[in-house]
Amino acid sequence: MTATADKPAAAVVDTVTLTIDGTEVSVPKGTLIIRAAEQVGIEIPRFCDHPALKPAGACRQCLVDVASPGPDGNLRAFPKPQASCTMTVTEGMVVNTQHTSEEADRAQKGVMELLLINHPLDCPVCDKGGECPLQNQAMSHGRPESRFVDVKRVFEKPLALSSEILLDRERCVLCQRCTRFSKEIAGDAFIDLQNRGAQQQIGTFDEDVLDFDGYRPVGAATVDEAGKAFSSYYSGNTVQICPVGALTSAAYRFRSRPFDLVSSPSISEHDSSGSAIRIDHRRGKILRRLADNDPVVNEDWISDKDRFAFAWQNLSDRLTRPMVRKDGDLVEVSWPEALAAAAAGIKAATSGEGDDARGAAVLTGGRVTLEDAYAFQKFARVVLGTNDVDSRARAASDEEQAFLGSQVAGTGLGVTFGELEKAPAVLLVGFEAEDEGGVVFLRLRKSLGRQRVATVAPFLTRGAEKLGATLVPAAPGREAAALADLPADVRDALAQPGAVVVLGERVAEAPGAFAAALEVASSTGARLAWIPRRAGERGAVEAGALPGLLPGGRTATLKGPRDAVAKAWGVDALPAAKGRDTAGILAAAAEGAIGALVVGGVSASDLTGDVAAALEGAGFVVSLEVRRSEIAEAADVVLPVAPPSEKSGTFVNWEGRLRSFATAIRTDAMSDHRVLDLLAREWGVELGTGTVEAVNAELAALGAASDAERPAAPKAKAARNPRAKKGTAVLATWHQLVDEGALQDGEPYLAGTGRVAVARMSAATAAALGDAVSVEVSTEAGAIELPLVVTDMVDGVVWVPVKSPGSWVARDLRVAAGAVVSVKGAA
Amino acid sequence: MTYDETTLVSLTEDAAAIIARYPVKRSALLPMLHLVQSVDGFVSPDGIQFCAEQLELTAAEVSAVATFYTQYKRRPNGEYQVGVCTNTLCAVMGGDRIWDELSEHVGVGHDETTEDGKVTLERLECNAACDYAPVMMVNWEFFDNQTPESAKQVVDDLRAGKDVAPSRGPAKVCSFKQVSRVLAGFEDGRADEDQGAGTATLAGLEAAKGQGWTEGAK
Amino acid sequence: MTVTLTPVLSATWGSDKSWSLDTYTEAGGYAPLKKALGMAPGDLVQAVKDSGLRGRGGAGFPTGMKWGFLPPDDGGPRYLVVNADESEPGTCKDIPTMMSAPHALIEGVIITSFAIGCNHAFIYLRGEVVHVYRRLLQAVREAYEAGHLGKNIHGSGFDLDVTVHAGAGAYICGEETALLDSLEGRRGQPRLKPPFPAVAGLYARPTVVNNVESVASVPAIVDKGVEWFTAMGTERSKGMGLFSLSGHVTRPGQYEAPLGITLRELLELAGGIREGHELKFWTPGGSSTPIFTQDHLDTPLDYESVGAAGSMLGTRALQLFDETTCVVRAVTRWTEFYKHESCGKCTPCREGTYWLTQILKRIEAGRGTQADIQQLLDTCDSIAGRSFCALGDGATSSIISSVTLFREEYEAHVEQGGCPFDHAASALFEYSDTPATEEAHA
Repeated sequence: MTATADKPAAAVVDTVTLTIDGTEVSVPKGTLIIRAAEQVGIEIPRFCDHPALKPAGACRQCLVDVASPGPDGNLRAFPKPQASCTMTVTEGMVVNTQHTSEEADRAQKGVMELLLINHPLDCPVCDKGGECPLQNQAMSHGRPESRFVDVKRVFEKPLALSSEILLDRERCVLCQRCTRFSKEIAGDAFIDLQNRGAQQQIGTFDEDVLDFDGYRPVGAATVDEAGKAFSSYYSGNTVQICPVGALTSAAYRFRSRPFDLVSSPSISEHDSSGSAIRIDHRRGKILRRLADNDPVVNEDWISDKDRFAFAWQNLSDRLTRPMVRKDGDLVEVSWPEALAAAAAGIKAATSGEGDDARGAAVLTGGRVTLEDAYAFQKFARVVLGTNDVDSRARAASDEEQAFLGSQVAGTGLGVTFGELEKAPAVLLVGFEAEDEGGVVFLRLRKSLGRQRVATVAPFLTRGAEKLGATLVPAAPGREAAALADLPADVRDALAQPGAVVVLGERVAEAPGAFAAALEVASSTGARLAWIPRRAGERGAVEAGALPGLLPGGRTATLKGPRDAVAKAWGVDALPAAKGRDTAGILAAAAEGAIGALVVGGVSASDLTGDVAAALEGAGFVVSLEVRRSEIAEAADVVLPVAPPSEKSGTFVNWEGRLRSFATAIRTDAMSDHRVLDLLAREWGVELGTGTVEAVNAELAALGAASDAERPAAPKAKAARNPRAKKGTAVLATWHQLVDEGALQDGEPYLAGTGRVAVARMSAATAAALGDAVSVEVSTEAGAIELPLVVTDMVDGVVWVPVKSPGSWVARDLRVAAGAVVSVKGAA
Repeated sequence: MTYDETTLVSLTEDAAAIIARYPVKRSALLPMLHLVQSVDGFVSPDGIQFCAEQLELTAAEVSAVATFYTQYKRRPNGEYQVGVCTNTLCAVMGGDRIWDELSEHVGVGHDETTEDGKVTLERLECNAACDYAPVMMVNWEFFDNQTPESAKQVVDDLRAGKDVAPSRGPAKVCSFKQVSRVLAGFEDGRADEDQGAGTATLAGLEAAKGQGWTEGAK
Repeated sequence: MTVTLTPVLSATWGSDKSWSLDTYTEAGGYAPLKKALGMAPGDLVQAVKDSGLRGRGGAGFPTGMKWGFLPPDDGGPRYLVVNADESEPGTCKDIPTMMSAPHALIEGVIITSFAIGCNHAFIYLRGEVVHVYRRLLQAVREAYEAGHLGKNIHGSGFDLDVTVHAGAGAYICGEETALLDSLEGRRGQPRLKPPFPAVAGLYARPTVVNNVESVASVPAIVDKGVEWFTAMGTERSKGMGLFSLSGHVTRPGQYEAPLGITLRELLELAGGIREGHELKFWTPGGSSTPIFTQDHLDTPLDYESVGAAGSMLGTRALQLFDETTCVVRAVTRWTEFYKHESCGKCTPCREGTYWLTQILKRIEAGRGTQADIQQLLDTCDSIAGRSFCALGDGATSSIISSVTLFREEYEAHVEQGGCPFDHAASALFEYSDTPATEEAHA
């Protein structure tokens, strides 16, 4: 990829030398004793300590004997043992842990005994058994027998803190890792300590649990907008860091023992961060996923979607055998038969001449790995002879494509997570960090108070508020104007070295916005980062799975780059006709202008185009799918492909970082790129995409495009100016992190934590509807009715979630953000 | 929220006055919970939501505070919070006996309220009047040197609707809600009412005067 | 040292409308303020240092030194917070001070604030004393009206606002960092030190937390001078203090005397232990201090002597119990107090007091064993020096000292299967029928 820049001289760090259990160790100044001990292999028992959380010193398990040189240079012992998790090292300090100090050992055993007096003997029925820090440390640092013969305090159990997170209060050792994580890292204080003393417990405000008398409050904006107990998108992390079995997840409760599980490292398929996860599976079935520690990308955390949404990979609609439509019905057939039928069908549908000439088109979907995307676009160009290939199953634009080709593809590692964290200022455009970015939000939040965040959006979401963001108000479609006219203080902030402008995939819905963003970047010196929603988007850009792009950022519209790639591929030439994007493909297919459609992992309900008509109008449809989706159901040939856990491959994350993962569960399922390789042989073509290695070798050989080979950067274009008439509004819409996206299917506990769908309008806009409690948003295609929440936001705009219960915008309204929709008050 | 318009308006005004006393508004939470008690007679779920909204906290954070302090009641409280100190010194001096007899006489136990809603009994921790043991507090006014008879008499009088004067404090004991409003920081004009400083409080001073020791005061 | 009482703070307590501004001013109040405003703040701090005034809230840390820990002015606010959360069992000196002479505290607050550069001071009063709160609110208002508070006080250019804040029932809020968290609108749980409040206290700003009596002593020091103060007390425990006598004493109450006075001397002035009885055990500084017996009647009540004798001067809360009192009963009830008041943050205090209470209640009820007595000591060993704050340590004091001094009484409960004492004999009123034994605090 890119050549490494000159490395800066290693920063000089002040070190401190101290002695722990007789071993000398030098560590950076400011290191906690407990961390320094770990560096020399000394494990001091602990519960409340966690490297990513601020020290608490609450559990008192980590007590050690400390002596430190006084002003006269002589060692002075502290009169009582000290908590090693809260004390930083000093020069010449002498620490004696349980290994070398009887007092420390006695203190630790004492604390451990006290922890166990009220702790229930739940081990046989507790999820944590087998991987429990309390069990482990009780064995190594505790007394073999308890001397407690009195009555333990008990609580009713379990409490559902949300539909996913369960709390067994009597197991809790009150280490407060969960409340500290929720407050410090995620910014969601949905749980806090309740009561006092031995009755202290973790909880939400639940008046039944806390024994409050009285009625339940009703009305808007009490718990959350729709009266639902509020949760956090990151609540699953508390289950992972809980050092006992107090916090468990409903999806995993009672399902397995850790020693039955095989752990495979992998990469989450749910967003473009490429978070490192650990897949725990047993006999071929995934039982749970955890966050893996990756200090560079997701640190210790993942979102609840990353963690809990994996059932989709193996629901009852999972495809395992190829299918061919015979007499109107799909029947299972062998691979040779299916591949032959697919090739025959495509050839027949695209064999017409002259006026009957019909081409083929490829929709890859945004879930593909880098290798899959490469195979799809090479298949399209080499086998099908078309540039009609697009990975963007969402609103897209030529402007976006020009931006991606000129600024993103083939640029290697760009702005990184670390640089985003350290940026003095961040401007978010068409990007909701929490709902669309997952762990990106957590990284930004680390810099709360030290980083100026502004967001170009119709209103400040809760996620944006938690980042302390200021709003640069813009109705959807008007982002370009807002960028051209940024407040002076925002521009000044962006002029600081290290400032970043984040562009979400929704910038594609705003004409002129990419050009305007480029102008902001060049005039302020801020760097740009493009953060799409889906895991496969960046990889698809690298691989050239867009109509106007070839691998590495080369434009498909110039002969030079086309010929270079053709040469690398060993073919005479690549198709020259301008390719259609997703919307163009669907429209053309509906008109009957497309002969054959090859479709990857695409949910019909995500597309605003008339998918049914497209499938009907296309002559022949081949579906490469994991599940028997709507599109697979309508296809002529269905070729089953592997879900992420059953294949290896690479996601390229938004940083441009390659996130490779190996097969976690071995089955005979094949990746898309392998299936396409087999299919290409039906044309006698050696596609060369049979293995991950082969594809990566080709990509490496192709390399990045030179500037001359790239498309030109998008130019400024007059922004659309939708003026909403009476009874209409401009539609704003985006995904909630937990919603009814296809990859979250089959996981009801997670679904229960999703925010209830509401429609938002400003007070002035809502007033025009009269005294309405809910609002009906409609187009010619259909209508959506949702409870109305008056929000401080841009006038003349209505916001609804794009795919939440009761609100599927693409399928029901058939429009994207920025469209003018009818609004009407409902009772 | 089920507060009516008028209540909400005055609550909001009072909340603003409280918040204005502090550089950081979260500090207003404890007095605001007293304010809620002055309106609802206990810390109601509505009150918790109100405080959460005013101070931009979650309900969990507000209840975290409301459940930590013993003066915040979770059920509609009696008009008179009657507390008998049963910490060691008062208990030994007779507080245990006063509690037993009073509890039996009134017919409720710790943290329980009489049917007529007049009296809630509580076993108190040390209320800083040890030189007046055994001590009883009624709505946080001092009832010093109690006996079972005197305690029962006080409670009977309160339940009968009579004005009852404390040993040290205002002319009479006010209601739980009224006193809660004072604790929220709103004066009720009774500061100059007085029952006398109390014998024990002046014991040292009297002993000194008796000996002619006023040196310290020079 | 002559045995005298020295009414300084308590001098005006018996006067007509003693709490009013007029009474206080007539007695010379607010003259020290005017004097202080004419001094350099640094000189005021030095004067308090020189006086040897030590924190009167129990810890006895030199007050002037605490003021001196504040970092240099950085242009941001710094705060004075008065700890008026008096809740330590046996302690009852600050409440009468604020009830009868709130202006002594207010004047002290103004002078102290001036000395340390604070423009907004807070008085954190426990919530369970509403008439005291009324008096403080009124006193603050009177002070504003008289120009002792507000902007440009008496033309000095010094601004000061005072907020009186009511707590809501938590003994732990008497711990200075828990108090700060409570004042910030949170649960009253202690904070890690360092950073110390002087560096990062209220709202993470430099803060001085002082006890009521400490602050109220400042006007007298300014008025009568350092020499006057140092003439009282002992070498390292200077000045006078309020000694609170309670329990089986004839005339319980507040006795203001130089530090170093003995209990014997105080008892003489207070009419001795009640007629026909003799002293059995007592606390020098509240329930958190190891108990004393008749053997300590002549121990000078100053920090050093009491410390050397195995206890702590604390808040001079002298709870006096005669021979009718069951030590086990007393200690059990104190332990239930600590369990009730434990904030729950740290394992030793939260779990330890829970355990200790159950053991003690069993012993008191006659269902204890010899092993239980040893277990009490072992559990105390797991708490003392291990807990996050001093509440845990305080919980162990009475248990360890009482088992040491009165072990045979614990053993008697075990052997006799019940309490050998007649509770009625300890009460200050008479009652005769068998008392119902009720379950103590949950």
